[in-house]
Amino acid sequence: MIELLRSLGRWGQNTFQRLGRGHLFLVQMLAGIPSSVFRFSLVIQQLFYVGVLSILIILISGLFVGMVLGLQGYNTLVDFGAEESLGVLVSLSLVRELGPVVSALLFAGRAGSALTAEIGLMKSTEQLSGMEMMAVDPMRRIIAPRFLAGLISMPLLAAIFSAVGIFGAFLVGHGLLGVDDGAFWSQMQAKTDWYEDILNGVIKSIVFGFVVTWIALFEGYDASPTSEGVGRATTRTVVHSAFAILGLDFVLTALMFGDV
Amino acid sequence: MNSKRSTEIMVGLFVAAGMAALFVLAMKVSNLGDITDEKGYEVVANFQNIGGLKPRSPVTMAGVRVGRVTSISLDPDTYDAKVTINIYPQYDNIPIDTSASVFTAGLLGEQYISLSPGADDFFLEDGDVIDLTQPAVVLEQVIGQFLYSTAEGE
Repeated sequence: MIELLRSLGRWGQNTFQRLGRGHLFLVQMLAGIPSSVFRFSLVIQQLFYVGVLSILIILISGLFVGMVLGLQGYNTLVDFGAEESLGVLVSLSLVRELGPVVSALLFAGRAGSALTAEIGLMKSTEQLSGMEMMAVDPMRRIIAPRFLAGLISMPLLAAIFSAVGIFGAFLVGHGLLGVDDGAFWSQMQAKTDWYEDILNGVIKSIVFGFVVTWIALFEGYDASPTSEGVGRATTRTVVHSAFAILGLDFVLTALMFGDV
Repeated sequence: MNSKRSTEIMVGLFVAAGMAALFVLAMKVSNLGDITDEKGYEVVANFQNIGGLKPRSPVTMAGVRVGRVTSISLDPDTYDAKVTINIYPQYDNIPIDTSASVFTAGLLGEQYISLSPGADDFFLEDGDVIDLTQPAVVLEQVIGQFLYSTAEGE
């Protein structure tokens, strides 16, 4: 019984310790951002690894998500004789929800896990402490550029995802199922608002980019320096990112769209 | 050096593609394309009931969009809804005795203002008031009246 309580207490202490460390890490990381803005070539290099290499998966999944939405939406709407509203259905669900959320989940799997593994490996091969020995701050040299790159690429990826998805839905809706293309676009334009829908989606994706990159970098930085530790940290990145994305999505949606 | 150059080019392409996607979303998907409505002249119409009319709802004449609702407020004296309408400058020959009604697109669709032209020789100008208005039909009221009248008939 005492043993149980003791382990519960230890677990609680560890959890809060990690939570605190994570936020201290965030503060240090944000403090490192100004200096990495002045060395933007580092950020560009990371943008390549984090953003450009994620494009392919974003394009393909966006296209297929859009096509499925078009197909499913058509099958439901045609019962009500409202298949012309397919454009609205697809654009609102992509721009508000699926674009930011699914691309953030993919981003966590594709780029977040790579970031964690890379930094975890740097730590376990003592490259980070080597840098500190040379008076190079790894926060500024390694962490901050990656954080900025993640923050910049996430909204761009989400926008690409939504645009490609809408195009995919148009392909299926107009090409395969014969929805009138004029009605498709005009209804979409009439019901999708720039501030209410698209900008809120962009804000969501920026928040997700912030959180996913932060989690990925922290897990890597905090990994125990063994191959097992790095592997565990990578898993944790994906799991925690998914939780954070879906939980935050609810909160953000309630704030933005629901008049709660 | 060469690989650095190609990295930078790829990143540039990536950012350009993201911006292009946002631009497509803005212009093609959302109504930002017509948010920059030409500033025409504004007229006011007082309605007894506007139903679900909202700012930016369309204003049509013979089914053609001639303007948009810019603002809605409650007149504190008459308790009518005061709807300000922006009419595009090319439609400057709308008679002053034009009447305005709140209609619904489809059975349950969006509400809009329909203008039906009068026959006066004077045209509406900035700040004018449309006197002849017809309130929105509220479905519950219609059903209520229908039930009432059938109950009376029995």
